[in-house]
Amino acid sequence: MFYREAGDFKTSYKDDNQTFPIKFDRYRYYAVLFVAFALVPFIVNDYWVNAMLLPFLIYSIAAIGLNILTGYCGQVSLGTGGFMAVGAYACYKFMTAFPEISIIVHVILSGGVTAAVCILFGLPSLRIKGFYLAVATLAAQFFLVWLFNRVPWFYNYSASGQINAPERTVLDIAVTGPNTDAWAKYMFCLVFLTFCALIARNLTRGTIGRTWMAIRDMDIAAEIIGVNPLKAKISAFGVSGFFVGIAGALLFAVYLGAAEAGDSFGITKSFLVLFMIIIGGLGSIFGSFAGAAFLVLLPVLLKNVLVGMLGWPTDLAAHLEFIIVGGLIILFLILEPHGLAQLWRVAKEKLRLWPFPH
Amino acid sequence: MNQITPDSYVTADGRTIGGTVMEMKNITLRFGGVVAIKDISFDIRQGEIRAIIGPNGAGKSSMLNVISGFYNPQEGDVFYKGQKRPPMRPYQVARLGIARTFQNIALFEGMSVLDNVMTGRLHHMKAGLFSQALWKGRAEREEVENREAVEKIIDFLEIQSIRKTPVGRLPYGLKKRVELARALAAEPSILLLDEPMAGMNVEEKEDMSRFILDVNDEFGTTIALIEHDMGVVMDLSDRVVVMDYGKKIGDGTPDEVRNNQDVIDAYLGVAHD
Repeated sequence: MFYREAGDFKTSYKDDNQTFPIKFDRYRYYAVLFVAFALVPFIVNDYWVNAMLLPFLIYSIAAIGLNILTGYCGQVSLGTGGFMAVGAYACYKFMTAFPEISIIVHVILSGGVTAAVCILFGLPSLRIKGFYLAVATLAAQFFLVWLFNRVPWFYNYSASGQINAPERTVLDIAVTGPNTDAWAKYMFCLVFLTFCALIARNLTRGTIGRTWMAIRDMDIAAEIIGVNPLKAKISAFGVSGFFVGIAGALLFAVYLGAAEAGDSFGITKSFLVLFMIIIGGLGSIFGSFAGAAFLVLLPVLLKNVLVGMLGWPTDLAAHLEFIIVGGLIILFLILEPHGLAQLWRVAKEKLRLWPFPH
Repeated sequence: MNQITPDSYVTADGRTIGGTVMEMKNITLRFGGVVAIKDISFDIRQGEIRAIIGPNGAGKSSMLNVISGFYNPQEGDVFYKGQKRPPMRPYQVARLGIARTFQNIALFEGMSVLDNVMTGRLHHMKAGLFSQALWKGRAEREEVENREAVEKIIDFLEIQSIRKTPVGRLPYGLKKRVELARALAAEPSILLLDEPMAGMNVEEKEDMSRFILDVNDEFGTTIALIEHDMGVVMDLSDRVVVMDYGKKIGDGTPDEVRNNQDVIDAYLGVAHD
């Protein structure tokens, strides 16, 4: 009833190949873009941006990146935290070495550097699969963090061993550093997220996306119809690394401002992003958003309810938060193993007919 | 046994069979101590339907795997279009124009029928990463062009109504047809079918037989197939290779093979004394 595709006919394959072939979806998408770009920047305050929106935007990019590798290409990675660290440290080095170049270029270049590192650690995927590959990427996680902690060149020999984001501007508006307005940070990350999501969607619906999914679903059959497994897996690692690197760079430069490899990009980060795509839905761009929203917003919501509304002590609430989030994750995975994206699909199927039974 | 003649001839039903397009010469394939294929030679001619039959474990699927590049034989050579084919990976063989289906369906279960068939057209799509990322220029154009080609095959195999359905939800018979569609999408010069009728009922077998004949007739595709249903093999194929215990025991037209004493022995058993 509310969600209908009847009467929405396509007369060309181009129309049928759109990202949102159904009119209703398309308008909803435009509405979301409008709200995100034209309304939210004017009404947000520091708390909203720093507690919710910024981590949501940045983790969405990371989740899209990991989803391409794990959800679309079927290669499990536990090295996301380490790869985000590569993005962050690359961005730091670029920012300090070439201050005259725009930060936008720095962030994109950091993505490129991370893509290269990711490809390097992805090479074993040609020989090892599944759990064994997960362990190999885990090695990447520990090695990269160790590298950034032990080689002073990466943190410019600073005494604290930390990296600190200097102030950088876009169109004379500060987007990094301590004097940044909340809306500027938000807009900067939103633009990156929008482009990343568009690119990810274009890649996954086209030729290269099909080769990834072919490798994921049945690698032998993929090879027999002409998919070069080396090219497919390496490109998935590269593209995934690009997005994860951008997320790492933004997390460090815009959100955290200062970072240290072990604290900010440890193994917990890897698991966090992996949980996001599992809860959100493997092999779905929407799932990446949903998973990031679930794991970023739910703790904030719980904290507000428990501390703000019920007046419980903060430490008790903090512990309960873990229990509740953990319980919800288990509950969700039992109810819908294919994640929030699948729930969304089922809801849409139901809405096509509602309120009629057939 | 049939003598190999280099020139083309016309079959009883009016199809022209050309010269040799693929030739297997003295192929021997071993797995450790097990000899799967023992010194087998045969040829496949342009435009014909060539069946490979034999009891279970005769080495038929291994033979198909040699042709499609899964296995590289220890001895012997594969000649394709008159040239010796060096050892190759399966995806390189696919690019030469050899497509195949599998005995147990090997479709991409998480993808729609359309995406499965589109994957078959992989080497007709050459757009670079950037073009694809922006969905502009070559990538967008190729997507539409190849969609047109794929839709023709979807029409041909009568699977229009399921084109957007995820393959995992389809029944067995349709999956077999989608797999044929994916192989055809590559516009192969040789199509290898590994038991295309396995597990089908009479009606589905009739449908599949019709599709195989139509493919051969309309696209002029050379077909090599493995099949256990003798009725189907004898009706469809122009020539038949019979294998038993990794050896070739018969080769010729269905009638010749049917009356070959070795073949009868292999299928019906023979008293060893």
